[in-house]
Amino acid sequence: MTNEQLIEKLSAANPDAVVKQGSQYPEITVAHDKMHAFMQNLKSDASLAFDYLVCESGVDYPAFIQVVYHLESTTHQHFIVVKTTTENREIAVLDTVSDIWPTAEFHEDEIFDLLGITFTNHPHLRRLFLDETWGFPLRKDFHDDIHVVER
Amino acid sequence: MAEIKIITTDEIKTDEYLVNMGPQHPSTHGVLRLLVKLEGEIVHNVEPHVGYIHSGIEKMTEALSYPQIIHLTDRMDYLSAHMNNEAVCLCIENALQVEVPERVKYIRTIFDELQRLASHQLWWCASGMDLGALTAFFYGLRDREDILDIFEETCGARLTLNYSVPGGVMFDIHPNFQTKVKAFIKKFRKILPEYDKLLTGNIIFQNRTKGVGVLSKEDAIAYGVTGPTGRASGFSCDVRKHHPYSAYPYIKFDEKLGTDGDSFMRWKLRMDEMWESLNIIEQLIDNIPEGDIAVKMKGVIKLPEGEFYQRVETARGEFGVYIVSDGKKNPYRVKFRSPGFSNLFTINHIAKNWKIADLVAIMATFDLVIPDIDR
Repeated sequence: MTNEQLIEKLSAANPDAVVKQGSQYPEITVAHDKMHAFMQNLKSDASLAFDYLVCESGVDYPAFIQVVYHLESTTHQHFIVVKTTTENREIAVLDTVSDIWPTAEFHEDEIFDLLGITFTNHPHLRRLFLDETWGFPLRKDFHDDIHVVER
Repeated sequence: MAEIKIITTDEIKTDEYLVNMGPQHPSTHGVLRLLVKLEGEIVHNVEPHVGYIHSGIEKMTEALSYPQIIHLTDRMDYLSAHMNNEAVCLCIENALQVEVPERVKYIRTIFDELQRLASHQLWWCASGMDLGALTAFFYGLRDREDILDIFEETCGARLTLNYSVPGGVMFDIHPNFQTKVKAFIKKFRKILPEYDKLLTGNIIFQNRTKGVGVLSKEDAIAYGVTGPTGRASGFSCDVRKHHPYSAYPYIKFDEKLGTDGDSFMRWKLRMDEMWESLNIIEQLIDNIPEGDIAVKMKGVIKLPEGEFYQRVETARGEFGVYIVSDGKKNPYRVKFRSPGFSNLFTINHIAKNWKIADLVAIMATFDLVIPDIDR
């Protein structure tokens, strides 16, 4: 499927979602409560078949935390970027997608560790790199008096 | 005479116990701790604990300018240093829509493949050592010196190259570069069959790897296992083939694919890839076009507002750089998708019900580099 067809199909199926062509790939922003069903469909729909989760990253913005999924289909070779945001920075809760793509389990561990997003239904959410004494370093308001010297 | 009772192994049950493999275990190639749940010597569960050398590179990048970020990336997967550098450079160039000269594309690709060879050589010798074949270690390190010498002559560094800069490469190639690379290819074509003789055909080695730790194609895709490890399971994931960058569109090469997905296939696939890398370099080395080695970039590089993603194929698999820019000279957020991270976490899935010695064989053929996982 070409990018145009992909955008057309996804925007027809999800009228609430924001679908646009990004600088490289089609980008879709979905609401956090509809995200899991949307992702399930991306994998199970035979004409989409996004079976390979390339990358899952978290980005901290002033009003919310965004999670970005880079997805590829190994059968059709098309690529999309799915974005979803938490309600706000205090209630940073999202559904897990580790039941759809097992690799997400560890990417989500990392995001929980560094950005503090809690993933519901995650089989084994744990801090991956840091111990419990740390805050969430990739948040923009993170302040570390001991290890960081202000210029 | 007392009756002798024959006891089958099923009747002998021991309690499950936990063993820490690492963080200072020689076969983990760095500081990786595997918490292994064993019954006797049968592995029931493996839980990787990472983070011993987590250095917060992603956080550091938020305070650095774009050319400075490049210098951090080769500290992650230090055996694929040039590919990591190139990924950031390509990402910046794509964002600024800069077209690099043809000469740069050729030089970068040759360096990519030399780096891949150097990495696979080190993998070959170190995994031989993991399985108890110490001779391999000396052979591999001896031959790797040749490549590192070529690197040193051109760019002054042996491991952390920092040869790519946004818009090109830092220096032109050394006048000896082409002759030395050609001499190396000639020499290495003779050495590679020796590698096979030493280990691949060895019956002890084959018994330890054949059929051990099978990863199916479906699992490879689901767990995002890329690189030679994923391709050994039949997952066609070569970024060089599917999303060609630099000089890869100009050349002909095969994407090697395995079928079995066991440790031996992963081993065989990397050996085949070394042959393929030699072919790629041979196609390019005589055809390096004349021209500039870099385009003029602004003193302070500022990316336009937006998000950019660049994927390259390192020696370990798909490496991705995701840059979120707010138009300033520092990035807003950088995420590195490292191949080792996704590859490592399949280990529980495939090492179950194998013996603890097989866990070492599986780890050896996974080719893990720990700073790549910890970042």
